[in-house]
Amino acid sequence: MGRFHRHDDGTEPDHDRVDVDHDHAHGVGHADVGDMSGYETGTERVAVLEAIFDENDRVAAANRADFAEHGVRVVNLMSSPGAGKTTLLRETLVRLQGRTRVGVVEGDIETSIDADRLEGLGASVALVNTGNGFGGECHLDAPMVRSALGRVPLDDIDLLFIENVGNLVCPAEFDVGEHARAMVYSPTEGEEKPLKYPVMFRTADVVVVNKVDLLPHLDVDMGLFRRNLAAVNPTAQVLLVSSKTGEGLDAWLDWVAGV
Amino acid sequence: MHELSLCQSIGQIVRRHAEERRVTVVHLKVGQLRQVVPDTLVYCWGIVNEGTTCEGSVLDVEHVPAAIECRDCGASTLLEQMRMSCGSCGSSAVDVTAGEELLVTSIELQEA
Repeated sequence: MGRFHRHDDGTEPDHDRVDVDHDHAHGVGHADVGDMSGYETGTERVAVLEAIFDENDRVAAANRADFAEHGVRVVNLMSSPGAGKTTLLRETLVRLQGRTRVGVVEGDIETSIDADRLEGLGASVALVNTGNGFGGECHLDAPMVRSALGRVPLDDIDLLFIENVGNLVCPAEFDVGEHARAMVYSPTEGEEKPLKYPVMFRTADVVVVNKVDLLPHLDVDMGLFRRNLAAVNPTAQVLLVSSKTGEGLDAWLDWVAGV
Repeated sequence: MHELSLCQSIGQIVRRHAEERRVTVVHLKVGQLRQVVPDTLVYCWGIVNEGTTCEGSVLDVEHVPAAIECRDCGASTLLEQMRMSCGSCGSSAVDVTAGEELLVTSIELQEA
């Protein structure tokens, strides 16, 4: 028993090292034992049982604790590229100006274009570019949001929007410390999107159907969209909104006020 | 999609447990509801491990099917499609009981 396998809690289990036997018992028992069988001689199998998102989730909890300490409510805003997150956010800031103190964390792979569009509306905007040399992360994670919090005056705001990277896949996987998730969907994306991107649609507390001013010009079947959404997320609230005409924005603001 | 950052997280977990020893196999559990493409994961694993004690190690991915349990009738349903309704009574009052796993279960280390 020469080596030690240190556990996170600092304790050293009394089975630090398990010599390989050829008992291929599968399935993991409890956290300290696990499946200790090895595949070949010359190797030692060590139980780990750690969630890959543990580190992200720890930072998300730290973010959430900071938000709570400052009395800030937080919305994670997600959608595909072009569904209208930034335009919805802009119209939201216009309407909340002088009523609610708002901050924005703006996630984009490159450029400050979206952040620039939100300037001058009384909100403090912190940009996070996710470019990392590999072509850019496709989502915001909790450490990225944490790195932006130094530039968000939590003392001076009541509400924080985290505008995620436009993407219907990855952002759904990462808790960033938010209190609610809002998804923006544009009817031009087609009725089947909830079935194609079920994880994203399942994670949303509210689905904002944006650009409803376009509906008369489209063949999209909104009844079918709602049925598809209900199949993957029976409890999601649906709001019909046009950031262009202002239709439905009051209901959206009511939802935001209740976060 | 985010397999590269997943691999970086997996590498951190594995190396913390391996303590400088050479890693030969990493066993993972990946639930069906996690949007992970196994082939991409394996490809990224090779990239992020160059020059580390994980270089050349094998990712062994155990796939966990998704399942829901009905709050009304108690029946369990395996999810073949992502339809959140009970396969027995049709209720949509269901909880996911499996398929969201994403964890490193164990690692195999070379004997020194």
